[in-house]
Amino acid sequence: MAKQLYNPPSPLETRILSKRFGLEGSETLDVYLANDGYKAFLKAKEMAPEAIIEEVKTSALRGRGGAGFPTGLKWSFVPRTSPKPRVIVVNADESEPGTCKDRLLMEYDPHQMIEGILIASLAVQAHVGYIYIRGEYRYLVEAMDRALEEAYARGYLGKNIAGTGWDFDLYTHTGAGAYECGEETALLDSLEGKRGIPRMKPPFPAVAGAWAMPTLLNNVETFSAIPPIIRDGGAAFAALGTPKNGGTRLVCISGHVNQPGVYELPLGFPMMKAIEEVAGGIPGGKKLKAVVPGGSSCPILRADECDIAMDYDTLAKIGSMLGSGGMVVLDETTDMVGFALRIMRFYAHESCGWCIPCREGTTWMKKILTRFHEGQGRREDIALLGELSKNMLGRTFCALGDAAALPTISIVEKFTEDFETYLARQEVMV
Amino acid sequence: MAELVKLTIDGREIQAEKGALLIEVARQNGIEVPAFCYHEDYSLQAACRMCLVEIEKTPKLQVGCTTPAAEGMVVRTDSDIVRTARKGTLEFLLTNHPLDCPVCDKGGECELQDMVFRYGAGESRFVERKHHVDEKQWSPVVYFDAPRCILCYRCVRACNEGMGVGALGVGNRGAISEIIPNHDDHLECDECGACIDICPVGALTSGSYRYQTRPWEMEHVGTICTHCADGCKTTLGVRNHEIVRGNNRDRSGINDEFLCIKGRYAFDFTKHPERLQSPMLRTEKGYQPISWSKALAIVATKFSTVKLAGGRFGVIGSNHTTNEENFFLAKFARQGLETKNIDHHRTGDLAAFFDALSGKNNVLATTADLYQAKAVLVVGADLSQQHPFLAFQARANVRHHDGHIYAVTTGEVREDQQAVASVRVEKGGELAGVESLRDKLKAEGDLVIVFGDAVQGDVLRKLVAFGDSLGIPVKYVCLVDYSNSRGAFDMGVTPKDGGLSREQMLAAADLDVLWVVGANPLKNAQLASKNAFVVVQDLFMTETAKQADIVLPAASAYEKSGTVTNVCGEVQKLAQAIKVMGPKTDLEVMGLIAKEMGLDLGIWLPEKVFAEIRKSVHGYNMSQGQLAVGPAATMPLNGRVAALPGTIQSSGDTLFTSGSLTRYSGILNSVMEAPGQLYRGKGQ
Amino acid sequence: MTFSPQLEQRFAKMLTRYPEGRTRSAVIPMLIYAQDEVGAITRDVIEEVAKRCKVTPVQVDEVVGYYSMLHRKPQGKFHVQVCTNISCLLVGGEELYEHAKKKLGVGHKETTADGQFSLEEVECMGACSWAPAVEINYDFHHHVTPEKLDQLIDGLRKAH
Ligand SMILES: Cc1cc2nc3c(=O)[nH]c(=O)nc-3n(C[C@H](O)[C@H](O)[C@H](O)COP(=O)(O)O)c2cc1C
Ligand code: SF4
Ligand code: FES
Repeated sequence: MAKQLYNPPSPLETRILSKRFGLEGSETLDVYLANDGYKAFLKAKEMAPEAIIEEVKTSALRGRGGAGFPTGLKWSFVPRTSPKPRVIVVNADESEPGTCKDRLLMEYDPHQMIEGILIASLAVQAHVGYIYIRGEYRYLVEAMDRALEEAYARGYLGKNIAGTGWDFDLYTHTGAGAYECGEETALLDSLEGKRGIPRMKPPFPAVAGAWAMPTLLNNVETFSAIPPIIRDGGAAFAALGTPKNGGTRLVCISGHVNQPGVYELPLGFPMMKAIEEVAGGIPGGKKLKAVVPGGSSCPILRADECDIAMDYDTLAKIGSMLGSGGMVVLDETTDMVGFALRIMRFYAHESCGWCIPCREGTTWMKKILTRFHEGQGRREDIALLGELSKNMLGRTFCALGDAAALPTISIVEKFTEDFETYLARQEVMV
Repeated sequence: MAELVKLTIDGREIQAEKGALLIEVARQNGIEVPAFCYHEDYSLQAACRMCLVEIEKTPKLQVGCTTPAAEGMVVRTDSDIVRTARKGTLEFLLTNHPLDCPVCDKGGECELQDMVFRYGAGESRFVERKHHVDEKQWSPVVYFDAPRCILCYRCVRACNEGMGVGALGVGNRGAISEIIPNHDDHLECDECGACIDICPVGALTSGSYRYQTRPWEMEHVGTICTHCADGCKTTLGVRNHEIVRGNNRDRSGINDEFLCIKGRYAFDFTKHPERLQSPMLRTEKGYQPISWSKALAIVATKFSTVKLAGGRFGVIGSNHTTNEENFFLAKFARQGLETKNIDHHRTGDLAAFFDALSGKNNVLATTADLYQAKAVLVVGADLSQQHPFLAFQARANVRHHDGHIYAVTTGEVREDQQAVASVRVEKGGELAGVESLRDKLKAEGDLVIVFGDAVQGDVLRKLVAFGDSLGIPVKYVCLVDYSNSRGAFDMGVTPKDGGLSREQMLAAADLDVLWVVGANPLKNAQLASKNAFVVVQDLFMTETAKQADIVLPAASAYEKSGTVTNVCGEVQKLAQAIKVMGPKTDLEVMGLIAKEMGLDLGIWLPEKVFAEIRKSVHGYNMSQGQLAVGPAATMPLNGRVAALPGTIQSSGDTLFTSGSLTRYSGILNSVMEAPGQLYRGKGQ
Repeated sequence: MTFSPQLEQRFAKMLTRYPEGRTRSAVIPMLIYAQDEVGAITRDVIEEVAKRCKVTPVQVDEVVGYYSMLHRKPQGKFHVQVCTNISCLLVGGEELYEHAKKKLGVGHKETTADGQFSLEEVECMGACSWAPAVEINYDFHHHVTPEKLDQLIDGLRKAH
């Protein structure tokens, strides 16, 4: 039976990674093989590791986990000839608020990701990999396990893969509820059975990652993009996007839109077109107030900033980020104080507690915002929120502190009037 | 030689080793970089973010505690941005801190207080409710007050990395993160208190010290711990002639930051209610207190009469009293009483040891050698239990220098955790066990062999022969039990030249006098000479004192000056921390008896006696100045040493026992009685 | 302590997945599967997992306190997790959570008297484009309305 998709596709999509979504039995190896599956791996097997990496560099693929680091470059950092064995780790922690794409790639097309991992294993000469899946996605652990079992049974994992003489083992590993474990080094600690506390860099995971072995760590979507890149060439993938921002990505549109959903759009796709045409516009004919462009960690955009192309560099230029592809649309009725509070509650809950500014900063700001939201705000709180955010920014151990500070600064600065409204309402009450 | 780089810090051009941490480079050049989590002995955390510095051409502030110095770096530790950042961090830190300094034990010694004083954030913009958690008692000695904790993780590292115990962890997440003990709600650990000492704030407090006093009301006296043979410096906090605390305040001893439960807490025997206050004479009605002058007269008369009548003396000295006292005692016995029957409880075969090493140079390991040697081999000893500081040194060696540990023991030992190889042997199989490591040991650059009482006599000689055969530099430590066991041997409190050993004295039926100075030989033994006049100098009514005709109250090591020699032959000075009414030092007692007897044994002031020791004891030719600035190590007796009669046996103390003193230390008893102790029943 | 044969089998496999001497890596998966079976992370579970993974109990305890899906107290047979994070918030997540509180008569991290249901307000669980979302045990429910939630809860109540 054809898998029912969580949301219907849009004709405006460019379906590369998601091309098999919706096919009957898309999660099975047979359907995968019948639809271009493993062509890329067999091709890569004939290529030198450098050539594979070169191809990925050509594709201008950038990490889909959030930071947008050029993938080919990352692969080139892994010392493939080190005497220590290399490890591949897949970041399937998907916890960034607004983001829900990796689960589709694993649910609808697990073999595409497996093939991508296998190609990566050739590139960095690794023989073992772990898929770190967030604990809430138990059904995906099971789905992935089924896919892995099938791949093992059919000789696409384990010894002598597809008769090529290449060996690779791949396992799932479940998390247990912690956003911070999406941060790559905290993930490694978690994989090692510890609290998810970020690690000091250097050494970078590429050199000393899981169990101090050289480790290649990428997001689910990043690995899933590899088969099409190798199969059709890096240049073809790059051409879909904008310069230095190759290919397509799965954009998760949520919030105040008529057809929220996950849509595969080329990089550089116009943001307003995504909102209005792909996602069917804002319900009730309401006006746009703001957009969170790539997950809750990204500085928010005012409606008048949204007439832009969605790629990493364009968003960076206007002081925000493309992030993880989680695009949250807010209509004119949205209360930005409540929104800021909900974001800060999240970060305070998820701060691992390792360093002082993040641990105490997020909690303090959560308390201020809670009080403000309950109608006990003080005028000086507005400036205080901005200052405290800035006291965190760039001073925390890992990027979670920045992820909490950046959206707050942007909301306080761009939507001060919402805070003023609260104060005014309080005065009336008095 | 490490490569040098030039960098600029706060406008000053500075040379530093390439890769040295900026915080260290700055500090070495007198530039203060504040820090909570950074501790030079333990792993890096970069958690407190207090050490942020500005580095030119780097967009964000960097943590000084993990950033390595590099050529041409331009660093600022005192710019406006840095100051604001520090202040901001302190402000964050104080949001959940109770600010209860007036009632906090750490007030006046608190790093957080100092930091706020220096870097600001005195006024807070925090008006929200603080997160409160009740204080908890984790063990008889460790209390934890979570709200005061700043989560610097020093305690966790000191316990894990330093002690090798791993009794502390971090629980919860985010702002409610909390340090947790290893067994649900209590600690099962060494109770060493290292976590308390290293805590920069008043989060961890000691069961014995808390709410006793304020730091500035104490006098701080650095002396040497009187318990095991490792010779750790302990700084005693004294108020109104009472010791209220022991710690490592200035880290100036050989033990740097290390102390075990005994050094840190087991000074409490000094104020035990059963402490003897005045000389006691046995009468038909039991023991009666008598005056010192009467007591001294009785003893002197008895000694003189027996000597004149050609009677037999037995003299048993102590492995807790000072070198001066032991030296004086040996002289008293040989010259004053004209007897060779003098001995002490020998816990290691030092005679065979020095004999086996005769003619060799540079073969006695110091405590520092255990930290620096390429490898340490432990034979037949539970080092972490009996010599906690030596064990700490070996562990630190692994941590800081990738040193190697080997263990040849009859049972599991803590050293196994880090050992490259552990060999289990039956008692008596030690040599075979050592032999099985030959190839591995040969490959080490140099080696320290540490061995316990299982290795004595011929076995000891064979072990040294084995060491010789390795073809690498080897040094040795012959383990002995108590704070001056080594000194008692060196000072000649031994049955040389045909004297009776301790056992022989107890077994002889014809002793006229048995004089016991600071020892408890009758703890598990009988005295055969029923008619002997027994004189005992001690702090307490021990089993031996209970059989005495006269008991003279003695001052403890914390109540006198003098020197002691540790297990590695390091000679260190005691400092008198308190004066007690009633007891006298053993040296004074002996001096006064000699005077009463009309003997000329020289002046009995510690410095004068030491001057004599310098002249007459091989290896002790060290000046007071040398002693004042640190330990001065003795050299081996460089000639043949005759074997001594008698048995050699360790008393098998554990971390929580200290021979006869154990029962007079409330703290040692409290940890033994607390349920679920790590070493309960494991003691030998 | 022993577990069901299926779980024992899973644990045995789990311990072989990681590189030699790295059994500590199995701590978190082992804890969460043990919790599914035992109902909570009890002291026994902690000691057992410590033993099997060759770590100290405090190393396991540290982990239990850190991960939000690990619980020391038993939860309801059906653990209802309502997301109120931003995407859900915008389309009625909070109202849904308020409704769930009323419907079940319990608050955040509380369990009904009969032990059937427990409730938790959770952070984003990756269902943003199909918000508001609820996860009951490990089953996702998308586009949940108060009515749909009532049906879900009533259905579970009836079936058990
Ligand atoms: C607090 C935090 C949470 C993160 N969460 C995730 C996540 O859930 N999934 C993910 O793929 N990357 C996440 N990242 C990004 C990862 O650290 C890392 O950059 C990424 O997984 C690398 O893969 P990529 O290069 O393929 O993007 C997170 C980063 C931070 C700082
Ligand atoms: S208890 Fe003290 S040493 Fe331990 S983390 Fe807290 S403040 Fe640091
Ligand atoms: S000392 Fe550098 S972060 Fe704490």
